[in-house]
Amino acid sequence: MSIRIAEHVRDIPRSGIRDFFEIVQTMDDVVSLGIGEPDFATPWHIREAAIYALERGRTGYTSNLGLPRLRRSIADYARKKFGLCYEPLSEVLVSVGVSEAIDLALRALLDPGDEVLYHEPCYVSYAPSIVLARGVARAIRTRAEDEFRLTAAALEDAITPRSRVLMLNFPTNPTGATMSPGDLAEIAEVCIRHDLVVMTDEIYSEIIFDDGAHTSIAGLPGMKERTIFLHGVSKAFAMTGWRIGFACAPAALVEAMMKIHQYAILCAPIMGQDAAIEALDRGEQSVEKMRREYEARRNFIVRALNDMGLACHKPKGSFYVFPNISSTGLTSREFSMRLLSEEKVAVVPGTAFGPSGEGHVRCSFATGLDQIKTAMERMAGFVARAK
Amino acid sequence: MDALIDLLQQNALMPRADMARLLDKDPAELDSAITKLEAEGVILGYQAIINREKWDTEKVTAIIEVKITPERDGGFDRIASRIAKFEEVQSCYLVSGGYDLLIVIEAASLRNAAAFVAEKLSTIGAVQATATHFRLKTYKENGTFHQLETAAERLSVSP
Repeated sequence: MSIRIAEHVRDIPRSGIRDFFEIVQTMDDVVSLGIGEPDFATPWHIREAAIYALERGRTGYTSNLGLPRLRRSIADYARKKFGLCYEPLSEVLVSVGVSEAIDLALRALLDPGDEVLYHEPCYVSYAPSIVLARGVARAIRTRAEDEFRLTAAALEDAITPRSRVLMLNFPTNPTGATMSPGDLAEIAEVCIRHDLVVMTDEIYSEIIFDDGAHTSIAGLPGMKERTIFLHGVSKAFAMTGWRIGFACAPAALVEAMMKIHQYAILCAPIMGQDAAIEALDRGEQSVEKMRREYEARRNFIVRALNDMGLACHKPKGSFYVFPNISSTGLTSREFSMRLLSEEKVAVVPGTAFGPSGEGHVRCSFATGLDQIKTAMERMAGFVARAK
Repeated sequence: MDALIDLLQQNALMPRADMARLLDKDPAELDSAITKLEAEGVILGYQAIINREKWDTEKVTAIIEVKITPERDGGFDRIASRIAKFEEVQSCYLVSGGYDLLIVIEAASLRNAAAFVAEKLSTIGAVQATATHFRLKTYKENGTFHQLETAAERLSVSP
């Protein structure tokens, strides 16, 4: 008997990253720049706090919205770090990673056929999450010449009468794009004029370089009431496996998201929540140490890529670079496959992040310098041969 | 400058070309920054961290608490630097708390270490009392673990 799979699930393509991962898995001695998570273990003081919580027997369910103590830490952190004011008990929801919060927000907001706009290249889950929530995914292409920023003009062009939500992710995975306060103000103006709800995934917002500061669109005038601020501890605090994210939004929306969350998930795991309290309350120094390390590696990898003839802008945030490989005459996928088979270096084809990623590959510098150095040497040899 | 100091503290032997790339500086610019730090005495020296389980295993390390009587002129400084000058003394700190100086010594054997304490250190007039703790095992030294934590497996490609 063949089991019939729901149409809207069946039609979702497999992730391009998953495909690529399966090929890499079959090979030995691959140097991977394909990893989208920090190479650091969670800072010890955070792990130790989680061990202490376990020793005290803190192993049960928590409130659906998350531990009140954690929600207070989140509200404090959002205020101190981003100047955002949220009421901890009604405007904050703790989720299983930002991914779950995105899913909750989309399901809480969309009626079938509502359009969600997002800038592309983008994180792999955005379009499928929109489709799974019965929305219509509308990609807005961003360009290397704009350093992959979203422009107000491009946004305006993409808006239709069915547009309801704009998803933002700055700093961006995979391009490392960031937006200045001025850029964001222009986007905010369009959103207010067209009455769009904004979902802003700011998971890389601590990983900002060149003494820059991160601005959240949620803090701009008139935006808080239409914005879902999404963040978590995964990237900045090197806590990907703990699966703790959070959403801050107007209380009515948090309540709607909570309805889905309570029936689907009940609550995020308490061990992760206890660890997240320590991270948010006392993790600043650990984050700064890792941030400095990423900045040095970014300098190294950007120069190495440009030296080998691959045009690569210098990202001001995240731990990704997105060099242009079209000078080799290869497509993103050909480039990545051949680099893998000929030099055993894994990078992710830009097309895994949407069709507008063609001509680029994503290299993560969340990996040790020795690995980055080896990868750059091998890649330079490959590029010289391919050209 | 902070980033440069970080790198030097992590691995002062890193090739200068790599260091220049990490800091986004010209190699010449980097060299002059390091020379300046050395000249200003910010960088006092460069040392290897030795695992004593694997090299010169007979050598003894001891941490000694020293209580001293400060002098009317100069407080602890003259006596501290007098103690610091012994070649057995690797580190010497003035500390707050129940005693005054914390010193770390290295000696060729237990007998030599004991002799240093009994004959050199305790006989200094200003030294009132000492308490000697011998090192049994090192877990971490100057920020470096003696047994490395094994790196956890990561997925080879992830979104």
